[in-house]
Amino acid sequence: MTGTATSLDQLKLGMRARISSIDWAVLAESEACRLRHFGFDEGVAVQPLHLGPFGRDPLAVRVGRMTVAIRRAHARAVSVIPEAA
Amino acid sequence: MIPVPLIAVAGNPNAGKSALFNALTGARQKVGNYPGVTVERHVGKATLPDGSPVELVDLPGAYGLDPTSPDEAVTRDVLLGKQKGERLPQALLVVVDASNLDNHLRFALQLIDLGLPTVIALNMVDLAKRDGLELDAAKLEEELGVPVIETVAVRKRGMSEVMERLHTLLLAPRTIRAGEGPSHDPLHLQRRAREIAMAAIVSETPVRRITHRLDGLLLHPIAGPLILAAVLFVMFQAVFAWSVVPADALEAATLWLGQAIGNALPEGVFRSLIVDGIFAGVGAVIVFLPQILILFLFILVLESTGYMVRAAFIMDRLMSHAGLSGRAFIPLLSSFACAVPGIMATRTIDDPKDRLTTILVAPLMTCSARLPVYTLIIGAFIPATTVGLGIGLQGLVLFVLYLSGIVGALLAAIVLSKTAVKGGGGAFMMELPKYQLPRVADVLIGLWQRAMIFLKRAGTIILFTTIILWGLASFPQAGPGQKQSDVSIAGHVADGIHTVVAPIGFNKDISLALLPAMAAREVAVAAIGTVYSLDAEKESNLQTLEQRLAGRWSLATALAFLAWFVFAPQCISTIAVTRRETNGWKWPLFMISYLFVLAYAAAGITYWTAVAFGLG
Repeated sequence: MTGTATSLDQLKLGMRARISSIDWAVLAESEACRLRHFGFDEGVAVQPLHLGPFGRDPLAVRVGRMTVAIRRAHARAVSVIPEAA
Repeated sequence: MIPVPLIAVAGNPNAGKSALFNALTGARQKVGNYPGVTVERHVGKATLPDGSPVELVDLPGAYGLDPTSPDEAVTRDVLLGKQKGERLPQALLVVVDASNLDNHLRFALQLIDLGLPTVIALNMVDLAKRDGLELDAAKLEEELGVPVIETVAVRKRGMSEVMERLHTLLLAPRTIRAGEGPSHDPLHLQRRAREIAMAAIVSETPVRRITHRLDGLLLHPIAGPLILAAVLFVMFQAVFAWSVVPADALEAATLWLGQAIGNALPEGVFRSLIVDGIFAGVGAVIVFLPQILILFLFILVLESTGYMVRAAFIMDRLMSHAGLSGRAFIPLLSSFACAVPGIMATRTIDDPKDRLTTILVAPLMTCSARLPVYTLIIGAFIPATTVGLGIGLQGLVLFVLYLSGIVGALLAAIVLSKTAVKGGGGAFMMELPKYQLPRVADVLIGLWQRAMIFLKRAGTIILFTTIILWGLASFPQAGPGQKQSDVSIAGHVADGIHTVVAPIGFNKDISLALLPAMAAREVAVAAIGTVYSLDAEKESNLQTLEQRLAGRWSLATALAFLAWFVFAPQCISTIAVTRRETNGWKWPLFMISYLFVLAYAAAGITYWTAVAFGLG
C-alpha cells in the first residue's frame, strides 16, 4: 500500500518514500545540477532523517545510499509517494 | 628529459581520495596553486613496483565533469588536458566509496569514458562491511571494463596492488590523448550507475548504521547545538591552556639565546640588530607556534571526522538570517586559523553573492595571527584567576574576543547582503559523509603543511618587516637624555598616526605598531617588542615584554587595543587573496574601508566606556 503524493518537505521524519517527480524548473541551474549529482531522480528512495535545530531547516535526507542536507525550499520541489511503514 | 609519468587521483568528495593520496605518497608531497585560479594543487611522488618514480596529482573532489564550482572546473580541465600548469595525466586512479556506489559510479563512468588508462580503487570496503554491505569486486570489474582494486586507504590496504595495476597500464603501449568531456546525459549515467551497483552488491544486511545513530545525537535539535557550543568552547580553552608550557619554554629559550649572543658580541649597531631586531622580533612570534598548532589540530580533526559538515548543518538556518549559507560556516571557521585559506575555501559556495559576502566578513573571524596580540595583552593585563567551575578569566576574555568577531561578522553580513551585495540568499546543498576516526598520519601531514606556511610567513614577511622597523626605530640615534622612540624616523611617522588614534586611547607605541601590522597582524607584537627593547637599554633587560607593557599602558588602552584588533585592519596577504578571488580592486578596497571604520568605532567605544568606569 502506498500513500498519497506529497512533497519531500512535508514528509514526517523517518518516513520512507519514493520520488515521483521533480520540478526542475523552479530550481536554479546550479541547484538542479547539484541535486542530480546527489542522485535525485524519479523512482529513487528518500527518507528525511534530521531537521536543522533552528526553524526546522535545513533537512538531512537519505537519498539512495547517501545522506545530504538541503533546504526546505528546495525539498518542496521534490514530489514523493510515501511507502507503507 | 622525459617527465615522469603523471597519474591523476580523482573521485567524489568524501570518497577517501586524500587519505588514499596520502597513503600512496606519504610525506613526499607539495602544495601549490594552479596558475590564474586559487585552487590548490597537491602533487606527490610515489614509486612503481620496478622502482621507477611516478608523480601523483590529487584533483579536487567533484561530482561530475559538468562543474558547479571552480574546484570542479579544475578537475575537469586537468582531465581534458586543458588546465594551464598541468600536463595531461597518463593514467587515472578513480576512488569510489564502496558503501556509496550508486552515486560514485556515475562520476566513475564519466571518467572511464574519457578513455585514459584507468584503475578503480574500491575504497573503504571495511566500512561498507560494517554497514552490512557485501560487494563483488570481480563483478564490478567485469561491468566497468577496467581493473577494480579493493582498498582501505587509512590502513594502507590494497596500495601495492593499486601501484601494480597502474604500472601494468603505464607499460602498455598506447597513445594518450585528451577525451572529449561528458558525452552522456547525466540522468542516463546515473541510472546505469545504479544498475551496476545493484549487480555488484552480493548481499545487504540492514544494520543500524553508526553514522545514523551518532547523527541522532549530534544533530539533535537541543543536544546538537549544545554539543557544538561545547566543542568550540573546549577548542578555545585548549588553545590557551595547553600551549602555556611549550610557549613559556620557547619564550625563555629565545630570551636566553638572545642575551647569550648579545653578551658575546661587541656593543654597537650590529649587536642591536641581532638582539633587538631579529631576536626580539621573530622570537616573539615563534613563541606562538604552539597555539596555532593546537587550533589547527582541532580544525583538522573536526574536518576529518565529518563533524565540520554537521556544524554547517546546525548553523545553516542562523547563517541564512545573516544572508549566508551553512556552507559559509566552514570557510569562516577556517578563517579562525587564517583568513587567507578561509577566503580561498569560499570557492565551494555556489552562489556568487553568498560567496562575496562570506569573503568580505571572513577577516572578522579571529585569525591565529591575532592570537599573539590577544595573548600578549591578556597576559599583561588580565589576572590569571578563575571565575569558578575551573574557568580561567584569561580564557574567558579570549572567548569574548572571538565571540565579538563572530557577532561582528554576522551583523556585517546582514548589512552587506541588504546593501552592497544585494540579491544573495542561495543554496545549501551538501553531503553528510560517514563519521570516521581521524587518521594520525593524515592529521600530522596537515599540521606540518600549516606549520610550514606559518613559519614561512614568520621567516620572510615578519623578519623583513621587523628589520626595516628596527632600522626606522634605531636611526637617528638618541642623544643623552632623549628617548629613542621619540627621535627616530618611526617615531615621527607614528606621531602622524597618533594624532588620528589618540581619541580612542592609543599611545604612541601602538601608533608605531599599526603600520607594520598591515604586513601581517602578528608583526604588531614583534613591533611593540622591538620598540620596548630599544627603550629598555638602560632599564633591566630581564623583564619580559608582558611585564614592560603592564607598567606602561592603562587598562582602558589595553582593552581598546584588543577591540581594535577584533575588527583589525587586515593583513596584506588577505587583501591580495581578496583581490584575486574577486577579480579586481573594488571589493578589497571596500573591505579595507569598512573594516577600518569598524575597528576605529569599536576601539573608541571600548576606550570611552572603560574611562567612564575609571579604568583610564
